[in-house]
Amino acid sequence: MKDKVGAVLVVGGGIAGIQAALDLADSGFRVYVVEDTPSIGGTMTQLDKTFPTNDCAMCILAPKLVGAGRHANIHLITNAEIRKVEGEAGNFKVTVTRRARYVDSEKCTGCGVCAQECPVEAIDEYDEGLNRRSAIFVKYLQAVPSTFIIDREKCIGCGTCQEVCRADAVRYEDKDEHVELNVGAIILAPGFEEYNPSLKSEYGYGRYPNIVSSIEFERILSATGPYSGVVLRPSDGKIPKKIAFIQCVGSRDETTGNTYCSSACCMYGIKEAVIAQEHTPGVECTIFFMDIRAYGKEFDAYYNRAKEEYKVRFVRSRIPKVEEVPGSRNLLVRYVAEGELKEEEFGLVVLSVGMRPPKYAKELAEILGIKLNKYNFCSTNTFSPLGTSRHGIYVCGAFAGPKDIPESVAQASGAAAEAASIIASERGKLATVKKLPPEKDVSGEKPRVGVFVCHCGINIGGTVNVPEVVEYAKTLPDVVYAEHNLYTCSEDTQKRIREKIEEFNLNRVIVASCTPRTHEPLFRETVREAGLNPYLFEMTNIRDQCSWVHIREPKKATEKAKDLVRSIVAKARLLRPLKKPTVNVIPAGLIIGGGIVGMTAALELARQGFEVHVVEKEKELGGHLRTLHYLLEGEDPKEQLSKTVKQVMENDKIHVYLGAQVVDVSGFVGNFKSKIMFNGEEKEIEHGIIIVATGAVEYKPTEYLYGLDLRVLTQHELEEKISKEEFKAEKVVMIQCVGARTKERPNCSRICCGQAIKNALKIKEVRPETDVYILYKDVRSYGFKEDYYRKAAEKGVLFINYDDERKPQATNENAKLKIKFWEPVIKTEVEIEPNLLILSAATIPNPDNKQLSEMLKVPLTKGGFFLEAHMKLRPVDFATDGVFLCGMAHSPKYIDESIAQACAASARAATILSKKALEMEGIVANVDEDLCSGCRICESLCPYSAIEMKEQTEEKRVAHVIEALCKGCGVCGTACPTKAVTMGHFTTDEIMAQVKATLVEEIKA
Amino acid sequence: MVEFEPKIIGFLCNWCSYAGADLAGVSRIQYPPNIRVIRVMCSGRVDPVIVLEMFADGADGILVMGCHPGECHYLEGNLYAERRIKMLKRLIACTGLEPERLRLEWVSAAEGSRFADIVTDFTNQLKSLGPSALAGEKPDENILSCVRAAERAAGTSRLRTLVGREKKLTEEENVYGEKVAQEEFDELMEESVKEEYLRSRIYLLAKDESISIEELTKHLSADSEIVLRHIVVMKRRGLLKMDRIEGDNPLYTALEAI
Repeated sequence: MKDKVGAVLVVGGGIAGIQAALDLADSGFRVYVVEDTPSIGGTMTQLDKTFPTNDCAMCILAPKLVGAGRHANIHLITNAEIRKVEGEAGNFKVTVTRRARYVDSEKCTGCGVCAQECPVEAIDEYDEGLNRRSAIFVKYLQAVPSTFIIDREKCIGCGTCQEVCRADAVRYEDKDEHVELNVGAIILAPGFEEYNPSLKSEYGYGRYPNIVSSIEFERILSATGPYSGVVLRPSDGKIPKKIAFIQCVGSRDETTGNTYCSSACCMYGIKEAVIAQEHTPGVECTIFFMDIRAYGKEFDAYYNRAKEEYKVRFVRSRIPKVEEVPGSRNLLVRYVAEGELKEEEFGLVVLSVGMRPPKYAKELAEILGIKLNKYNFCSTNTFSPLGTSRHGIYVCGAFAGPKDIPESVAQASGAAAEAASIIASERGKLATVKKLPPEKDVSGEKPRVGVFVCHCGINIGGTVNVPEVVEYAKTLPDVVYAEHNLYTCSEDTQKRIREKIEEFNLNRVIVASCTPRTHEPLFRETVREAGLNPYLFEMTNIRDQCSWVHIREPKKATEKAKDLVRSIVAKARLLRPLKKPTVNVIPAGLIIGGGIVGMTAALELARQGFEVHVVEKEKELGGHLRTLHYLLEGEDPKEQLSKTVKQVMENDKIHVYLGAQVVDVSGFVGNFKSKIMFNGEEKEIEHGIIIVATGAVEYKPTEYLYGLDLRVLTQHELEEKISKEEFKAEKVVMIQCVGARTKERPNCSRICCGQAIKNALKIKEVRPETDVYILYKDVRSYGFKEDYYRKAAEKGVLFINYDDERKPQATNENAKLKIKFWEPVIKTEVEIEPNLLILSAATIPNPDNKQLSEMLKVPLTKGGFFLEAHMKLRPVDFATDGVFLCGMAHSPKYIDESIAQACAASARAATILSKKALEMEGIVANVDEDLCSGCRICESLCPYSAIEMKEQTEEKRVAHVIEALCKGCGVCGTACPTKAVTMGHFTTDEIMAQVKATLVEEIKA
Repeated sequence: MVEFEPKIIGFLCNWCSYAGADLAGVSRIQYPPNIRVIRVMCSGRVDPVIVLEMFADGADGILVMGCHPGECHYLEGNLYAERRIKMLKRLIACTGLEPERLRLEWVSAAEGSRFADIVTDFTNQLKSLGPSALAGEKPDENILSCVRAAERAAGTSRLRTLVGREKKLTEEENVYGEKVAQEEFDELMEESVKEEYLRSRIYLLAKDESISIEELTKHLSADSEIVLRHIVVMKRRGLLKMDRIEGDNPLYTALEAI
């Protein structure tokens, strides 16, 4: 076998590809990202907001794009495609064609003068055809890379762009270029394609201007879109009074061949309806749906809010046809509801289009030698959700089946782990260390402050008068430069900031924009690249805590923004450079929970060369999987379980503690020390990271006679019965959502619909004559599971809808089990006498979560599952460094999804474990030894034992801060009787100056 | 008449309450624009001296927010904050300023609406309370000097040491292996706060010009015997000296801190 190569190729630069690239690059591998379009970012860049947090998509994505763009170990190859792949896992040779761009990326500054002067216009694909761009263009405002490109098909060759380009970047002679890459593994993240709704001609898309696709509607909603975020009709630019959303366009539809469910459309439809009302209050939204599939974490809570707070109307009906009303150009939607044919006019119709595999999926599969499924998505299986049919090639994101962003991100990290495990031996060999200019010594210099105020599209600029804030900033003492930016976080602005630091010799930099919680690291890096100590940067939040919360008071919001800028300038003038301490990393992990998820994470870490300790409460590994006898997709869970247990037990890097419990955790990222109660003894282990994989439990129903009548079982109990060949019922009723989607537990348990369908199909297999009734609220068989729903219906399983107003009733009269329910199609109350009543009981949080969350200092959701750092982009991270989560500890999910998260958690953990030393935060406490009285109050108060006493002189002992342990909370400084302890970056002087300046409208020199 | 718009300073811990405030933004929950947020890493970082200085500068209200007990990113920083605020409230009560102008609240990262509710409620409460006696062009000189004294007291080693030791003494044990009852400690704290406050007032009154016990007694509406007792202690600590005697009254003057 050839030598292994410590590099990975990622195909596709959307959110999934970028996440995989960042995880690998941060773990010591070189990464090439080959992207088909001229810039990375993918579909997420086109979205306005994201569910269920309503975070602005660009706001959370931009830092990742910028991070990938500037990462020393990530090489972006855009406007390019894969041509040939040779070799094998560990050593592939890949030929890539980089198509001619006609603009030199080294020289182009992204200033955009060429585009302004270009006389040729073309359809703007990014704005989904609702806008025009010039023949020389960038994909979107904040594009990474920001290099322009000439659309050769549209360009007439007039030469204007070259004439006006001051950077001399235009190259008409540019040619396609072939690049050969040598990599150890390949990750596929080419994403998806929107279903083309003009193929469903009954909806009139393409004929009627006021029918738009959901992705066009995202652009309409976006501040950077064609209508600046105001909802307008394409036919006349008027605000529509009523908007209809038609779901499942190109999904769950045999006429189109796309019988699968596209998984994300229900939620994005609801989100678009909610955001439409936020952007254009008063507009009435109606969603026409078959089932609302709000199956993800906190999704049902969002759905409920849409109904209750935003008054979005939901109508369960498949729309057969849409017609235009001549004259008004309104749209007539006919539908059947409550058994009646109805007709309603709407000003705008949004088609929630499904996801298709990428156009070039077949070609790509052929080049790579991988198998596709019958829909041309990448073929995977339950226990290997990230593996393709060819060893060394992995898949993530929508190419492995339609899915939303957090799942794509989890899969991306997971695929990174799988890729890394192949080339773990080559870690660090091809990685380059970023070279930074030496830090300028600014001590003794008078402060020279630069202020950058962000419009954030219209997020800030729509409420706060940004130019006024900039003009005001210029009047403040020591401010020598101020400007406003459309997006301060964009790559071109980062460059601008660096240039301005140089030009104006700035030694303090301020950004007034969004929250430092997400963006401070990016800006600190930027000032560091310009030779300034990163702690000479400060930030103030004029979006989340100003423009967004004072929408109706623009004047006051502007005044507040000025106050905030003034006070942060006052602080910035006093900022001092700080040093970042480093800590060594113990290259071992602690995994709490030994189910399939914990075991998978353990194997992944071990394959990457790290020691792993797995602590399982039970006397046996396997967790919840031990109770499963068969799966919907047909794989054998028992076989997989024993295989995995064997691998874990035989791996000498994995230490398993059964019947054990973690009783104490101390330390911090890189250096944890935990106590485990094992075999009646306390054992201490040291490790660098923690993965929480504690799973969830089944709800014990109190409804429908459960526990009172032995004929009432849960789905698990039924499965047990069937597997023991004890099943012989003639009539079975299943009730969905028992203990889920209730007032008490508003969210969906996600897996019960699949369980019910699985058991119904099994019944039809072992005893075809049995009648099966499934009483449901919504059938949530998302993705390819839809096929099994269809199959069950074909086999005669009866699906009957119920709602909260008319719940089914179970009674036991004279030993007869009776179920009464409302049949909505024939509109009658029906009573049947089943032999078995099966309850699809909710999946509820593990009762141990509370105690564990306190021990680890990590939060829980309202419902009691663990709460990740960010629902969209950090699905397996906790906010606390070095602690991760995966599987059902996060929320209910299927095995393949849990496994993907387990791999993801191990990839995220590897970004820490792969480093010999971590660079810590520079904000730490300092002791002025002359002022210190040696009273030891600080020592007793420090929760991290970061203060020790040392001899200053023979007679004087003083406090000393162990910087690597210090977390910078400041408790010691506030307590110090002699005020000898100061907090870096939050000194009393700095805080005092900042607060004083908010109260008094001047900064005292 | 223009409605009174209180100036509110909010000290928010980075991990829970600042994130909660961000969530209020993300959820577009509207609240009055009177608050100016100062981000600190932990509510335990909020020094009583800073809070009193803000009141002296005319803040109408100060809101300190941290993680819920048990959820502090720094384990127990919020509980230290709670003890300090308790001490601070005692001090503020001495000054004539309304102690309810200072509020401590717990807000988690998931409680955007709670954050907005608290800010709205506090703003309304301050509106009905009216402007601080120290706000505006003409602050109440008397109260201002009281707040300055409180500020000085909050910086004294005595009060800081007591707050710093409170947890150890009341929840764990003292150097003799005994646990100090909370009520007992509270009494000690109350007494110490009052004494340090009074001493600070004496110190500040004697700072600009020499002053007699008679005049001090008038200013402080305190018993002359008690004033004298404090003067004795302060002289011993090198904070005061007898400057000269006028008639039968010695005049005292403050010394610069060493």
